[in-house]
Amino acid sequence: MTDAANSLNHRPTQAELDLTTVDGTPLKVALANAQKRARQRALFLVLPLLLFVLITFLAPIGQMLLRSVYNPSFSDHIPNLSVWFDENPAGTKPDEAAYEALALDLRSMRADKTMGIAGTRINYDLPGSRSLFTSTARKAEKMEPPFQDAILAANKKWEDPKLWQVMRGASSAYTADFYLAALDRTRDVNGDIVSVDDDRKIYAANFLKTLFLAGLITFCCLILAFPVAHLLATLPLRQSNLLMIFVLLPFWTSLLVRTTSWIVLLQSQGVVNDTLVATGIVADESRIQMIYNQTGTIVAMIHILLPFMILPLYSVMRPINPSYVRAARSLGATSWTAFRRIYLPQTIPGMGAGGLLVFILGVGYYITPALVGGASGQLISNFIAFHMQKSLNWSLAAALATLLLLMVLLLYWLYDRLVGIDNLKLG
Amino acid sequence: MALPKHASTLERIWHYIYLVICGLIFLFLIAPILIIIPLSFNAEPYFTFTQKMISFDPEGFSTRWYDLLLTFGMSAPDVARDGSWWADVWQNSAWVQAAKNSVIVGVFATIFATVLGTIAALGLSRPEMPYRRLIMAVLISPMIVPIIITATGLFFFYSSIQIAKWELFGWQIPYLGIILAHATLGIPFVIITVTATLVGFDHSLTRAAASLGANPRTTFFKVTMPLILPGVISGALFAFVTSFDEVVAVLFIGAFDEQTIPRQMWNGIREQISPAILSVATILVVISIMLLTVLELLRRRSERLRGMSPG
Repeated sequence: MTDAANSLNHRPTQAELDLTTVDGTPLKVALANAQKRARQRALFLVLPLLLFVLITFLAPIGQMLLRSVYNPSFSDHIPNLSVWFDENPAGTKPDEAAYEALALDLRSMRADKTMGIAGTRINYDLPGSRSLFTSTARKAEKMEPPFQDAILAANKKWEDPKLWQVMRGASSAYTADFYLAALDRTRDVNGDIVSVDDDRKIYAANFLKTLFLAGLITFCCLILAFPVAHLLATLPLRQSNLLMIFVLLPFWTSLLVRTTSWIVLLQSQGVVNDTLVATGIVADESRIQMIYNQTGTIVAMIHILLPFMILPLYSVMRPINPSYVRAARSLGATSWTAFRRIYLPQTIPGMGAGGLLVFILGVGYYITPALVGGASGQLISNFIAFHMQKSLNWSLAAALATLLLLMVLLLYWLYDRLVGIDNLKLG
Repeated sequence: MALPKHASTLERIWHYIYLVICGLIFLFLIAPILIIIPLSFNAEPYFTFTQKMISFDPEGFSTRWYDLLLTFGMSAPDVARDGSWWADVWQNSAWVQAAKNSVIVGVFATIFATVLGTIAALGLSRPEMPYRRLIMAVLISPMIVPIIITATGLFFFYSSIQIAKWELFGWQIPYLGIILAHATLGIPFVIITVTATLVGFDHSLTRAAASLGANPRTTFFKVTMPLILPGVISGALFAFVTSFDEVVAVLFIGAFDEQTIPRQMWNGIREQISPAILSVATILVVISIMLLTVLELLRRRSERLRGMSPG
């Protein structure tokens, strides 16, 4: 023992430095080589999967990030206007040269049939612009100088300084405008960043609502999970394994199935309302609306996410030694004090792990709010889906998704720091 | 959890209240899943128990919604139910088609995820693995990143590389995009379960095999594989279930005719929810009960194996 301790401290003698392997390499070098080979072998095993995930997951996410700042659908079709925008600073009143450039670009758009695409891009920021582009482009062919009068004769809206500001913004393919829109901001006539009108403010409030609902759901899950996990952790293993089925069966059941059952239970002609009416608690004509609104989202999501809270809590509570609480009791603590001062602090790692996991999953939830949320129970994910599938403003969808992704990654980083990904357990 | 003899009356009362609370929470967890099973046998197109069902009148129950699952989409549902009727079901029934698609996608996604994930987990659990924490975080992230973000990214990516037009020797690979997406979503589960099994793995066993003259391949198949097999299988089951239940990616990147069971359910719930959805749900619940049983058996086997293995 002392020899080993000494050998760690003393300087290597010349004889030790001369120690070599059979083929003459010094031991140190041989060891370093062996370790390098082992590292390479380990990395080599992980490499195929890393490449796979790079292609099927990281590249798509990267493409989405790009899409959120890159939209060439207007800038690609305005060769003449972009020259004018480059030569004149923001806020310049459009002159005859500007209108001439516009007329030429509209003509070429008409020829390529691209005025719809270009108009749609402007339409994102200034609703109603798409038809302005298509109708004026149709007339652009026959326009004669002076173009200013010709275009304004076609439609008075072309005078709008706001329109010119939006076109200037869209004349560059790379833009942060979609992030501004995702945060309820826009640019005014002079290009300064301002808040949008109150009635068009949607996203910032929805981000807050999503965070609030995820927090509320996490809190409710914690309240519901704690007694159950405690019971499971203190029962003998045979009984707790049996009761565990109540937690694991929902965990393994399809998300759509669980959402369907909540629709069945909570709808106005559903089981819960029928029971309430049959027992006389609620009158037949005043059945409670529990689904297709925020309540439906909250209840269904608590049910779906509850196992993610119970399982980590259980795995932390199981090894807690009951003799600590008994010791506290024997020293005169009441059962409440013993619980609060001795037991509860030991469960904090489980509460942290479960809480963060539920919060992370809740913030990004899409399926359940979409099916049972109605109008008031929509989360930020549902707005992303709306812009992907209905409004087709993909860049705005990408910007919203990027903001959500940042939020989730921050939480994920926190989870890794506090809990460690290695400790993520399933069932 | 039994109460000690010296417990005060207040503690006794609180103990029973606590048990009742736990019972209610268990009820909250399990009742919504079990309630759809009897409701799927409703003879009426309602989502609640009819008078006849409550009084256990056989007339209140029927298997008409299960029948609808078979006949929906068939070319001739009303002819006699002989061999050609069943052939029609197999060929044309919308739900049977969806089930076939789901199984094909699920099986291939699971194979990708399990093979790649298991090999990677072997590397990750070696002590000399460099950048372990970072790589692990990247590989687990498909589970953490909201599915809507993944689906959005995949939509942009697949449309830019035009994956739908890819061909292999002139054969257009069906479901390729969905299979790759589902494999990615299943990978974290495989990684987590297999690395968890490898935590208790005694690496001197492989060294012993090598010293006895086994080459790496023999060592892997004869020594490592049997020991980590429970973890691999439960990871594969997780991956399969993930794929089998996944709807958002399918909605975003699936072609019009690439219907899976979740997609059919999604459409059914969104448009006109009918008790036929409940019968599908019941079948899925039965499947998950079976899966849970398999997993429990695997867990026991794994514990037995570990009890036997030294260290």
